Amino acid sequence: MSLQLDIVTPDKLVLSTSVEYVGAPGYEGEFGVLPNHIPFLCALQIGNLYYRKEGRTHYVFVSGGFADVSANKVTILAEAAEKAEEIDLDGARKAKERAEQRMKDAQDRIAYARAQAELQREIARMSAASKAR
Amino acid sequence: MASLRDISTKIGAVKKTKQITKAMNMVASAKLRGAQQRIERFRPYAEKFYAMLQELSAKADSSAHPLLEVREEIKTVGVVVMTSDRGLCGSFNAAMIREAVKVIKAKQAEGKHVRVYTVGKKGRDALRKMGFDMATAYPDRMNSFDFTLANELGMEIIEAYMARQLDEVVLVYGDFVSVARQNPEAQRLLPVAPKTPVEAASTKSVAQEYIYEPDVVGLLAELLPRFIKVQVYKGLLSTSASEHAARMAAMDNATKACDDMVGALTLVFNKTRQAAITTELMDIVGGAEALKG
Repeated sequence: MSLQLDIVTPDKLVLSTSVEYVGAPGYEGEFGVLPNHIPFLCALQIGNLYYRKEGRTHYVFVSGGFADVSANKVTILAEAAEKAEEIDLDGARKAKERAEQRMKDAQDRIAYARAQAELQREIARMSAASKAR
Repeated sequence: MASLRDISTKIGAVKKTKQITKAMNMVASAKLRGAQQRIERFRPYAEKFYAMLQELSAKADSSAHPLLEVREEIKTVGVVVMTSDRGLCGSFNAAMIREAVKVIKAKQAEGKHVRVYTVGKKGRDALRKMGFDMATAYPDRMNSFDFTLANELGMEIIEAYMARQLDEVVLVYGDFVSVARQNPEAQRLLPVAPKTPVEAASTKSVAQEYIYEPDVVGLLAELLPRFIKVQVYKGLLSTSASEHAARMAAMDNATKACDDMVGALTLVFNKTRQAAITTELMDIVGGAEALKG
């Protein structure tokens, strides 16, 4: 018995594979999906999704979006998603520093919120990347 | 009659033009392939989104979220027009602008105020010249865009809509039917009207009931703004594919026209040369005759 996990973004199908377990950052906290889960529709937070396949745990960064669980299929719709192994850790660290700087320089509330969201995203990307190593 | 030299210069010029149109044709066809691939890759995301929205909106009525609600009094209509930044793509931009003007005039005839948002330089220039109320333009973005553009435009429209500066939003984009066919299409973006899922309901009835986190209304609040952006992005992708297809066809025609012209000019060239030779011969013969005396 296995689960089909699909991660799609506007630009591509990031991942489509058969897995044993999926853990995702849900709206009200992390949730796990095993085979034969009941239908479940959930908004996601920015964070790391992980799945277990053949005894190994893999991490994927997702920037919010939605998860749809039904009939042993997990479909993740995210505006951006990256497999942890493909994230450039140094790049993410630099982006994080830039976001921090922007937060300091932010003139108004909107710019601050934007920088904050970006910072959150980069932190999540970094943690995904470091877990993959 | 043009001299031989004039004609051969002309032939050279036409051949050079042909090289350019041919190169543009090839560039457009490469870009078209890229654009088509992007549409293909976007399709699973968009389809899943539609399915989720239908599923959810069937469980909530239109008062669940302001973006679903049809306002009783519509004062201002936003029209988003997508065109290309560059010309030389046949009647593509002209057709887009014609459709946009049709939509705008129809809304104005109903006594509504129309604000125009444009993506692409061609649409902006033409519509501004006609004196419509221009809200925001996004020029020079069609050449290389990603979801960020849809995000920006989507956010702007949603914010204006929520602030009641707009009561309805219509999108005019180039629908990419096939390489040979592109239609300008007008589609209502806001308020969101999910199609009543008649068949979806019948097939889903056997399925188990979903659990929602957060609740239906909370999910809709997350889903709807993104849905707008998905539709904007779909419009952008389709418009860009249409632009490249139109340019490809236009440049193909131009290349063929160049071929025809080179043929016709070569004919004139040969005739002129023949005439010149004949005249020269006549001179020589005449001269020889005179010498014989």
